[in-house]
Order: sequence, then structure tokens, then C-alpha cells
Amino acid sequence: MLDDFVTRAIVAGLMVAVVAGPLGAFMVWRRMAYFGDTVSHSALLGVALGFLLGMNLNLLVTLVCVMVAVILVFLQRRQELASDTLLGILAHSALSLGLVAVAFVEGLRVDLMAYLFGDILAVTRGDLVAIAIGGGVALLLLILLWRPLLAITVHEELARVEGVPVLPVRLGLMLLIALVIASAMQVVGVLLITALMIIPAATARRFARTPEQMALFGAGFGVLAVLGGIWGSFTHDTPTGPSIVVAAMLAFVVLNFVPWPGARRRPRP
Amino acid sequence: MFGATRPARSAHGQDGPVLIQAEALGLARGGRTILDRVSLSVSGGQVVVVIGPNGAGKTSLLRILLGLWQPSSGRISRAPKMRIGYMPQHVQVDPILPLSVRRFLTLRHRASEARLREQMRMVGVPHLLNAPIQTLSGGEMQRVLLARALIGEPDLLVLDEPAQGVDVVGQGEVFGLIDRLRRDTGCGVLMVSHELHLVMAAADVVVCINQHVCCTGRPEEVSRHPEYQRLFPDAGAHGIGIYTHHHDHVHDLAGEAKPVSGVSGKADHAR
Repeated sequence: MLDDFVTRAIVAGLMVAVVAGPLGAFMVWRRMAYFGDTVSHSALLGVALGFLLGMNLNLLVTLVCVMVAVILVFLQRRQELASDTLLGILAHSALSLGLVAVAFVEGLRVDLMAYLFGDILAVTRGDLVAIAIGGGVALLLLILLWRPLLAITVHEELARVEGVPVLPVRLGLMLLIALVIASAMQVVGVLLITALMIIPAATARRFARTPEQMALFGAGFGVLAVLGGIWGSFTHDTPTGPSIVVAAMLAFVVLNFVPWPGARRRPRP
Repeated sequence: MFGATRPARSAHGQDGPVLIQAEALGLARGGRTILDRVSLSVSGGQVVVVIGPNGAGKTSLLRILLGLWQPSSGRISRAPKMRIGYMPQHVQVDPILPLSVRRFLTLRHRASEARLREQMRMVGVPHLLNAPIQTLSGGEMQRVLLARALIGEPDLLVLDEPAQGVDVVGQGEVFGLIDRLRRDTGCGVLMVSHELHLVMAAADVVVCINQHVCCTGRPEEVSRHPEYQRLFPDAGAHGIGIYTHHHDHVHDLAGEAKPVSGVSGKADHAR
């Protein structure tokens, strides 16, 4: 059954969507959209290093993303530069560094477009295994960290006084983000990964009454986006990664701006 | 000066064990002295209130005692396995996060339905248990924060401006509740407050700080103390703490404290 490249693409996309949605909810709650972007842009550096060292790409992408994420957190703590300035500098520097590093890989023609925008139709059985492992570990980690992560998201100091080990939990979140980026890279590419996390979660807000509902609905909307994107890509011969993001965007627009019976209005702050 | 050597007796019977004891705490940030040799201790069943003008270092002191910040100098000892219930001054949950009051209360400590209802009834907002937390008014939020601090059955309750945003009647209720709690559960209470008149009624020990400990003792002792009267000149006269004070020193551009020369023309802040 997995011989068919379309089936493989769908399976890969669904696995990524199921974990990207719930993680995306946290990125939305913690205002980490741009943070995620910066980390995912650095994934290309991991790809280049993987080629140069001849090591597993997923592993190196995960490692580089974790490192960048941790460095970012410590730089943000110093507060000498505003957070958006820092992220603005690092997001584009990381991407450029990655592109330059890829150029150094000799004797190898790297299909840059595939890494930047995803190449889900080229997913192999080996890739599927890698995505399953990365996504599975990420999902498990997310379930384990759910309660403490929610506590520090609502009020970090209160959580700390109440005994939540804040630093390990935050490092766990970094690892989670890195794992999901490494898994999602092949589906939508480093430039669009954040969209696959943020848009379905944001779409889900209107229908959710609890954090868990928002995470589950986020996963659901991610699944719809993947299916819709792959279908659209097939019927209209469009690039698959961007098509998935377009599908997610359409769902967001339709469900958020079209009056929807029974949906709760967002409370005004 | 008040310190570990002279724990004040509770007005309501015996003091419990010493829960937290701080000796000669100092804090300097960016070359500026924020706290200077501040000592205090809280025992079970005791209500200790820290008062002082804005910028006196009250919140910094609380953060150090909570373990959120490291002091630059001094020592803190805490009773082993002490559970702290903390009520921060301000909590705002972003509307993008769907969170009911019920979930907010049980984020850290799970609690039975009966206990949740009991706690919400105690703080006077039983009808809000299932409300989205973003829909609460400032006063309602303060009460929910108090309920959250109590859910874990703390040995020490630390409150940062517990009556802020609560109307006058509600303030009396909040302080009355705190007083009842310490009697019923024997927990120690440490709070920072601006509401001098209510604080004076609820406190066993008042610690008046302005970077250093200006004066300390029972409320009636402190209110007679010249340092206190200098910091809160209107408090005694009207029996109500209108928050107006004179500085006993001014801060120069480098942030260093200098004594005020002359009596008139002092900085007069009202809020």
C-alpha cells in the first residue's frame, strides 16, 4: 500500500499534521510564531551539515534546531535587543548561513526548492519511518509536558513557586519544536513549517472551550489542510507544500470570518 | 529591630513553627541598592505585612522570599517541605488561550469538585467556576487568584497586593477571609499591601521598609513609630491610610539615597 507515492505523501502529511497542530497551539499561546520561524529557518544549516558530515539529515536538523532554540532563549533573556529585532536578525541570518553552507557541499546537487518549500511527493519509506519516530517522540513529549507547559504558559512565576521545574520544561519545548521541524521539513519545507503549526491552531480557537480541545481541533484542521493541499496540488498541478498552506489559510478565513452557528465569540480582553 | 530574635506573638493564640526566615537580605541591581539588610520571619498562624512607599523594594523582597530571585547578600531559611500558596499582583491570560476558571485553579494542583466549589464559595465568587477566565473583572480575578493560592493547602500564603482592584466592601471581605484562614488552618501569611487601614487591622507584625527596614513590630507599635509617621504622615491622623507619604530621603540621578535637608518642600506623592 505504501508503494504508491501519493499514499506515502498523505501518510507523511497526516503524521506531521497530528503533532504540528497541538504544538502550534502552544506556539500561539506563548506568542512564539516568529520564534518558530527563526528556528525552522536554521534547519537548512542542519541539512548542509548533514551532507558535509555524511550523517542522518533528520538527526542533524533536530540538533541544529535545538541548539538555535536554546541560544535564542538565552539571548532573549539578556534583553539588550528587543525580541523581534533579535529574531529578525537571526531568522534571516540562519537562512542565509544555511544557503551558503549548502553551496559548500561539493559534488552534490542539492534541490534547494525541496528543502525550502517541501517535497512531500518524494517521501520514501525510510522518510516515513524517520517522520514516524520524530513525530511519535514529539507527541509523547508533548503529552508528558502538557500540564507543566500549560502552567508556565499561563503564569511562569506562579508555576515556579508552585514547584514546576521551569527550565527543564522549557528545554523540553525547544526539543519538541526541533523534532517537529525536522519531521515537517519534507512536507512543507523550512519556510512554511510555522504556517502548518500556527494556522490550524489559530483556526481552532473559535471552536475550543478548553486548551485540549484547541490542540485536538488544531490537529484536525491540520489534517484537513494536508488532505486538501495534496488534492489541490494533484488536480491543479500546483506545488504541494504551498498548496497545503493555502488550504490551511482558506479554512482559517472561511471558519473565522463567516458567521458560524453555535460558535462562541472571543471574549474581549 | 525586628528579626529572628524577636518574633512577635500572634494576636490569635500561639505561633506555629517558623516557616521562613530571612536575615540581612541585600539586593543590588545595575549598581543600585534595592534592598539593604532586610530581615524578617513568618511563623505559622502569623500575619506579617510589608508596607512601604513605591520603589521601597516590597515586591523585590517578596520575589526573593519566594525564591524567584537570588539575593545579592543575606540568608534565607525555609521550613522543610513547606508548601507556598502565591498570589501574584497581576495575572492576565491572553484571550487566544481558552481557559475556564476551573482549569486555572487546577493547573498545578488537582482538586475534587467539592473542594473547588468550597474554595470558590470561600472567596465569594462561586458562580464563576466555569466562566472563561478572560471575562473576569479585576476584583473577581483577585478573588480567583486567592482561591488558586489556597487550592494547594499551603503552609505559607504569600500575597502581593491582595486587595488591588477589589472594591471597598470586597477589600474588607478579602482581609477578613485571610484572617479566618490563618486561624482555621494555621498557615502563615506574608503580604505586601498599600491598604494601610485594613492592613493595620489584619496584621500581627508590620514591617515597614524603604529599602532598609524602617521600623517593625505590632501594628500599634509601628503606627506610633516616628519613621512610620514620617513615611505615612496622614495614616495616623485620619485612622485611614490614604496613600500619601514623605520621603525621608531623595534619590539623586545615580539612584543613591540622600537624606532630605530641611523640613518643607519634600516630595509629596499621592496615589
